[in-house]
Amino acid sequence: MYPELGQLALILALLLAVLLSVVPLAGSLTGRNNLQAFARPLASGVFVFVGLAFAVLTHAFVTDDFSVAYVANNSNSLLPWYYKFSAVWGGHEGSLLLWILMLAGWTLAVAIFSRRLPAVMISQVLSVLGMVCVGFLLFIVITSNPFDRLLPNVPADGADLNPLLQDFGLIVHPPMLYMGYVGFAVAFAFAIAALINGRLDAAWARWSRPWTTVAWAFLSLGIALGSWWAYYELGWGGWWFWDPVENASLLPWLSGTALMHSLAVTEKRGVFKSWTVLLAIVTFSLSLLGAFLVRSGVLTSVHSFAADPERGTFLLGLLAVTVIASLALYAFRAPVVHVRSRYGSFSREVFLLLNNVLLVSATILVVVGTLYPLVLDYLELGKLSIGEPFFNLTFSPLAVATGLLLGAGIFSRWKKTDGGWLARKLLWPLAISIVATTAVLIGYGGFKPWAFLGVFSAMWVTVATFWDLWEKSSSRKGRLHGLKRQSRSYYGMVLGHLGLAITMAGATVVSNYGIERDVRMVPGDVATVGDYHFVFRDIGARQGANFTAQYGTFDVMLDGERVSVLHPEKRQYSVGMSVMTEADIDAGLFRDIFVAIGERITDEAWAIRLQYKPLVRWLWLGSLFMAAGGFLAIADRRYRIREGADTKVQTDTVAPEPGSATSAGVTS
Amino acid sequence: MKRFLLFLPLLIALVVGVVLFAGIGKDPTKLESALVGKPVPEFSLKDLHNADVVLDQSLFRGQVTLLNVWGTWCPACKDEHDDLMWLAEEKGVNIIGLNYKDNREDALLWLDRLGDPYRKIIYDPRGTLGFDLGVYGAPETFVIDAEGVVRYRHVGVVNKAVWEQTLLPVFNDAQGNG
Amino acid sequence: MVRIVYLMLVLLLSGAAAAEVADVYDFSDRAQEQRYQNLIAELRCPKCQNQNIADSNAPISKDMRDAVYRMMKDGASNEEIVESLVGRFGEFVRYKPELDSRTFLLWATPAIAVFGGFLVVAGVVIRSRRAGPSGPALSTEEKARVDKMLAEQERSS
Repeated sequence: MYPELGQLALILALLLAVLLSVVPLAGSLTGRNNLQAFARPLASGVFVFVGLAFAVLTHAFVTDDFSVAYVANNSNSLLPWYYKFSAVWGGHEGSLLLWILMLAGWTLAVAIFSRRLPAVMISQVLSVLGMVCVGFLLFIVITSNPFDRLLPNVPADGADLNPLLQDFGLIVHPPMLYMGYVGFAVAFAFAIAALINGRLDAAWARWSRPWTTVAWAFLSLGIALGSWWAYYELGWGGWWFWDPVENASLLPWLSGTALMHSLAVTEKRGVFKSWTVLLAIVTFSLSLLGAFLVRSGVLTSVHSFAADPERGTFLLGLLAVTVIASLALYAFRAPVVHVRSRYGSFSREVFLLLNNVLLVSATILVVVGTLYPLVLDYLELGKLSIGEPFFNLTFSPLAVATGLLLGAGIFSRWKKTDGGWLARKLLWPLAISIVATTAVLIGYGGFKPWAFLGVFSAMWVTVATFWDLWEKSSSRKGRLHGLKRQSRSYYGMVLGHLGLAITMAGATVVSNYGIERDVRMVPGDVATVGDYHFVFRDIGARQGANFTAQYGTFDVMLDGERVSVLHPEKRQYSVGMSVMTEADIDAGLFRDIFVAIGERITDEAWAIRLQYKPLVRWLWLGSLFMAAGGFLAIADRRYRIREGADTKVQTDTVAPEPGSATSAGVTS
Repeated sequence: MKRFLLFLPLLIALVVGVVLFAGIGKDPTKLESALVGKPVPEFSLKDLHNADVVLDQSLFRGQVTLLNVWGTWCPACKDEHDDLMWLAEEKGVNIIGLNYKDNREDALLWLDRLGDPYRKIIYDPRGTLGFDLGVYGAPETFVIDAEGVVRYRHVGVVNKAVWEQTLLPVFNDAQGNG
Repeated sequence: MVRIVYLMLVLLLSGAAAAEVADVYDFSDRAQEQRYQNLIAELRCPKCQNQNIADSNAPISKDMRDAVYRMMKDGASNEEIVESLVGRFGEFVRYKPELDSRTFLLWATPAIAVFGGFLVVAGVVIRSRRAGPSGPALSTEEKARVDKMLAEQERSS
C-alpha cells in the first residue's frame, strides 16, 4: 500500500512542478500578480510531495519491504539499520530521488529566503527551478520508478547492498555532493530569469552570489568526502584517480569556483555580465553532464551505477533541452556591451579575469580529457585511455599558476593598481615563501621540482593571505578591533584561500614524498617503509554482522617505539559472496600509515601493501576550510540586512555602474 | 559580429551532444584486438588430448579458423558451448580451442560431458599464448584467416545471433580473400 | 644504538629472527622498485572498470605485472615494456596516451585554453584603455530604471 502512495506522491509532485514552471512565469510576463502569487505555495507543494515519496521509500527500506524491487536489489534483512537508511540512495533510483529531494529543497529555500526580491524576479526564478524539477520528475517517473513491485513473487530476502557502499561514506557523501550539484540550479535559475527579463545587473549578481557560494561549499564538502571515502574504502590508498565519475564532480566545482569569482566582479563593478551569466549556465550544465556520465554507462568508471541506455538517452535529452534552451536564450538575450569601464593592467578585475581564464582552462582540460576517448571512438579512431598520468602532468601547472596568481591578486585593488607598488608589496611575501618552502622540502628529504612548485604555490597563498589580513586589521584602536572590523565575507575569503593552500600542500607532499611498498610477508616478518617498521604479528579470523573476515595484526614501530597496532581485513560478504579489502589506517595530521592485505601467495605468505602518506589529511582538511569559508561568507551582514539599509547598499552598487540597466538591449 | 560569438557555446554544446548520443548503448569495455591484421603470435604448446604432441602457429595455416578461448572455470564458456557444437556440427566451421589457464583433467571431463566442437585444442595452463593474444577474459573468439592472420576478435559469448551478425561476415570475407 | 634496541624489541615481539622482507617482486634497489611502481601505475587493466594494474586484483592484471617485472629483469626499457603490452592489448592499456596526430588536440588543450584566454583578457584591458578615463554616468533612462527597481523592491519587502 505505502509504495503506491509514494508513486502517487511523485506524480502529484510532477503535476505541481508543471504548474510551478508555467503559472508564475506566465504571471510575470503578463504582469498578473495573482498568478505570480502561486509561486511560493507551488514550490512548497513540490517539496512536500517529493519529501513524502522519499519518506515512503525510506520506510520501505527500514521495514525490509522486499516486495519493492529497488529495496530487494539494494538491501538485506541482515543489514545494520543505519545502512538500511543510507541504502535508500545506494542505487540509481533512490539516489535520483535524493537528487530530486534536494532540488525541491533548494527551490523551497529560494521561495523562503528571497522575500526581498522583486516579485517578477522571484516568480521567474521559481518557474525555472520548477522546469528543472519537471525534467527530473519525468525522468524518475518514466524510467526509474523506485516503487516498482516484485509481485506476486516477493523474495524472501534482499540481494544486499554492494559491500563497498556499506560504509559511513555512503551516509554523508551523496547528500553533500548532490546538495552541491543541485544547488547550482539556483544560480542557473537566476541567470535564466535575468536573461528572460533582460535585467542582468549588479542586483542580479548580488542575489545569486550567496546561493552559488553555498552550493559551492556543499560541493567542496561532497568531493572531499568522496575522495576520503575512496581512500580508505577502495583499498589501494589512492585519493584521486581522475576517473570519469570523479571528473564529473570536479567539473562543476571548477567552473563554479570561476563563477563565484566573476559574480564578485559583476556585483562590485557591474562588468563581465555576459561572461558571468554564461558561467552560471555552464556550471549547472556540467552538473547535469556529470549525472549523465555517471548514469548512462558511456564511460567506464570504478564508481558508476549500472549502465542503462534508456536512462542514458532520457538524461541526454534532459541535458540537451536544458543546455540548448538556455544557451539559445543566452545567444539572443545576453548583453553585448562595449567595454566602458576602465581598469588598469594590475587591477583586481584583471586578476579575477585571469583567475577565470585558469579555472576555465582547467575545466576545459578536464572536459576534453574525460570525453576525448568518446570522441575518438565516435570517429572510429580506436579506443584509448586518459588517466592519472595525463592529468597529473597537465593539471598541475594550472593549479600552481592559479595559486601564484591568487597570491598576487590578494593585494590588488579594484579599478587600478600600480604595478610598481604591487611588485614592492610582493617582495617580502615572496622571500618568506621561498625560505619556508625550502625548509619544508629539506624536512621531507629532497628537492623535487614539482614538489617545490606545489609547496611554494601553497606557501605563497598562505603568506599573502595572512599578510593582507595583518595589513587590513591594523587599526588605531588596536589589532583586535581591526580584526573584528573585517566582514564575514572577508573572513570567508581568507578561509577559502587558506583551504586551497592546505589542499595544494597536501596533494603535492603526498604525491611527491609518499612511499608505497608491496611486500610479501609471513607472520613474524618485519618490513621497512621510510622511518617506519611494520611487524606482521599474526593473522586471525572474525565474524562480522554480514561477513566473515580474515584480519592481520601489524605493529607499527618508529624509533623502537610502537606507534599503533593496525588490523587490515579481507572480508567475504555472506550474501553476494564478494571479497573486499578493508585497509587499516593510522591517521595523523602530518602522516597516515596505511596497511592493506592483498592476495594470499602461499599458505603462510601474504602480499601486503604498506604506505606512508605524509600530509594526506590536508587534502580534506583544506576542503573543510573552503566549505567553512563559503558558509561564513554567506553569513555576512550584507546578505541578511534589513530592508532600509538594503536599499541604500543597493543604490551604492548600482549607481556607479555604467550602462548596466539597458545593456541587455545594446548590441553592436 | 559579436552577437555571433554568443552562439559559440551553443554550437560547442551541440557537437558534444552528438558525440555523447553516439556513445549511448555502446559497451566501452569491449576492445578491438591489437592483433587484428597481424599473424598469430609464435607459440609452442601441447595438445590437450595428447601431451606428446606439440602444436605451433602453423596450425592456423591453410583454412579459415575460429579460435575459441575457453576454460572450465569460466561460466560464460558453458553458455556458449552448445552454440559452438552447433557451429562445428551443423555449419562445419573449423574451430580450434585454446584451453586457457585450466587443468587437463577438468578440461577433458568437461569435453566428455558437453561434447567436443574443436578440431584441435591448444593446452595453455599458464596462459602464455592467451597473454600474447591479448586475451583479457574468457570466452573470446578470434577469426583467423588461412594465412594465419588475425582478422577479428569477439569478446563474450558466441551465440547464433553473434555468429550470423558479427562473425560470419568476417569469416566469409576471410574466405574470399584467402 | 637505536637500531639494536629496535631489533631486540622486534625479537621480543615476534619471537622470530627479524630480516628485511622480500618485495612481492624482488628488486636490486629502490630506484628499480620505484620505476616498477610508476610503470604499473600507468598501465590500465583491460578487464576492469577503470583501474590500473597496480590496484587491480584481476588475474589479467597480475599477468601484466608479472610481464612488466620479467621484462624489467631482462633489461627492457620503459618504452619497450609499454610497447610490448600495447602490442598485445592495444592503446587502451596506456593511461598516458602518446602524442600523435589523434591525440595532438588533447595534449594541446591546456595551452590553447590558457593562451586563448590570456589573449582575450589582453584585448579587454587594451579596449578598456581606449574607453577613456572613466565610464559615462547613468543616462536618464537608466536612472529611471534603477529607481523603479528600488521602488519595486521596497514594495515587495
